[in-house]
Amino acid sequence: MPCKKTSFRDSGLAGELLARIERDAPSETIQIMEVCGTHTMAIFRHGIKRLLPPSIRLISGPGCPVCVTPISYVDRAIALSSLPDTVIVTFGDLLRVPGSYSSLEQENAKRADVRSVYSPLDALELARCFPEKKVIFLGVGFETTTPTVAAAILSARSQNLKNFKVLAANKVIPPPMRALISGGEVRLDGLLCPGHVSAIIGSDAYAFLAEEFGIPCVVAGFEPLEILGAISFLLSQKKEGVARIDNLYRRFVKADGNPKARAVVSEVFEPADAEWRGLGFIPGSGLEIRPEFEEFDASLIEVEVPKSREPFGCRCGEVLRGMLEPRECPLFGKACTEERPVGACMVSSEGSCAAAFRYGN
Amino acid sequence: MSKILLAHGSGGKKSHQLITEVILPHFDNPILNRLDDQGIFTLGKSKVAMSTDSYVVDPPFFAGGDIGKLAVHGTVNDLAVSGARPLYLSVGLILEEGFEICELEKILRSMQEAAQEAEVSIVTGDTKVVPRGSADKIFINTAGIGLIEGEAITGSGARPGDLILINGTIGDHGMAVMAAREKFDVSNVFSDSAPLHGLIREVMKVSEVHAMRDPTRGGVATTLKEIAIQSKTSLLIEEEKIPLHPAVGALCDLLGFDPLFVANEGKCLFFVHPEGAERALAAMRLHPYGKNAAIIGQVEEGPAGQVALKTAIGGKRLLDMLVGQQLPRIC
Repeated sequence: MPCKKTSFRDSGLAGELLARIERDAPSETIQIMEVCGTHTMAIFRHGIKRLLPPSIRLISGPGCPVCVTPISYVDRAIALSSLPDTVIVTFGDLLRVPGSYSSLEQENAKRADVRSVYSPLDALELARCFPEKKVIFLGVGFETTTPTVAAAILSARSQNLKNFKVLAANKVIPPPMRALISGGEVRLDGLLCPGHVSAIIGSDAYAFLAEEFGIPCVVAGFEPLEILGAISFLLSQKKEGVARIDNLYRRFVKADGNPKARAVVSEVFEPADAEWRGLGFIPGSGLEIRPEFEEFDASLIEVEVPKSREPFGCRCGEVLRGMLEPRECPLFGKACTEERPVGACMVSSEGSCAAAFRYGN
Repeated sequence: MSKILLAHGSGGKKSHQLITEVILPHFDNPILNRLDDQGIFTLGKSKVAMSTDSYVVDPPFFAGGDIGKLAVHGTVNDLAVSGARPLYLSVGLILEEGFEICELEKILRSMQEAAQEAEVSIVTGDTKVVPRGSADKIFINTAGIGLIEGEAITGSGARPGDLILINGTIGDHGMAVMAAREKFDVSNVFSDSAPLHGLIREVMKVSEVHAMRDPTRGGVATTLKEIAIQSKTSLLIEEEKIPLHPAVGALCDLLGFDPLFVANEGKCLFFVHPEGAERALAAMRLHPYGKNAAIIGQVEEGPAGQVALKTAIGGKRLLDMLVGQQLPRIC
């Protein structure tokens, strides 16, 4: 039984892929952005950067949902946690993200009731168990998790659970990618497109990146061989002088994604402009709860939220735009560590600063 | 640090800070200051190891064990890793009003069975009951003493050249508790809770053990880091050689845990003189609690306190102690 090796971590196959990457690597430096935070973590966890030829530079994009959530959202969640008979329910990553003055973890240690769960349906269960309390789920996430939030709201309505609320900051991925690339701040030679998000939106959703901007794209999973495979495919496109969408994650991702999940989302949510940490307001990049579901919308709860302020010296914004490597931030590893994070990128398990700190410090 | 956070109980960096910055200054003495899992001192002509541990695992019953068994094994192992022969235990029970007596009896029976297997006697105890809500079902404290017949083994004895061994798969306990807590329907993930004094005795008979410790909360990575710091050495671990049950690996992947940081309750890391390493490995594999034992790395000359991991695909990264809370109330 010891260490059953999965075929996606086979060192022999990894060696072959690395040889192919070495052979196809151009002499000038090229930049490949991994959009998704889970890719960032996998790249660090498996030590992939150190295996690549020096001309291939991997940079992280805005695909960590907790990282791109603006500080004002955290402040509002903290303010809501201080209301009487209120339970705040969240995915664990958000607990330690610093707000302007505190974090949910610190509030929980004081007197607030903050609980972490794996699924919005667990929050629904809490609402059922504590009918006298308001149970507020923090809806932070991309296309991957939003369908489950929508399903929880639909289920709350059918069970008439009026004490279940969602503070929605759900976001979608294509608009910030367009904003990032048309902004022109960072030159991209290839995109490693997210795996889980693509399972919902489909690989066709990235067509505009290849067609309008001429950027080679590969959709891939999160195992080391899949990531190496994606890099090799991007280099091949580059070599052939083409830009298209290659899908290396066919076991989960279809060209048109998961229409059923998308239908559930659009029943409950409608597109809205949204603020992204580091990227500002991006039109159509967020989701709001539709007025017909307003009884579940926690953003309508009146609460006094102190004026937000960004932590001094924090450069998460540039890190999220791929302009700054975590290590290049003057706070990295000094004022900002995993134990005492200043910015969100150091907190989330998908944050590029946390990945760089945990696996490479 | 103005309030206790759950992360202070994680067994990782925050726990370390709480101990060294808040607790230790009050009790400052050379025996405690070593910060091993047990205090070692002489009584008359005997060298004695003493250890204590409290158990708050939630839920109290999980696949492969329960809080009672854990409370015996944990303290027995904390004694055994110093090279001591565990002898006597005390048991303190904190019970919540309303807890079922039949569940308590189940736990007590399990404690007695575990004590018998570990060749220790429970010789004193205490019982408290608190109002409903002031504790969660049952908390147990055990303390134990053991006799050290040879040299005491500490976390600071690892030397360059030593090989690093572990007696089986990692992360089993943490994931079994997680599965029980979240009511995941998995049938093949079991806690590894086990007394290790027998296995340790066999290893020490055939090899020169320079350091050893049981990687409980904080997992293998945290313990390796502690030993690298205490021994002022550098460690190189090979991911491919670390035994991992496929079901535990899959559950970790699913929930976003790194098995290197997940708790074990029946594992020990041994730092052994290279000459005896193969014999130690063979001795472990013959023992019921060491069937999947493996040599997972070595101690090297290099920056003091550094732990490097060679990944399965040949990459390299550094390991640090667990930061934040991975799983509260795991033991």
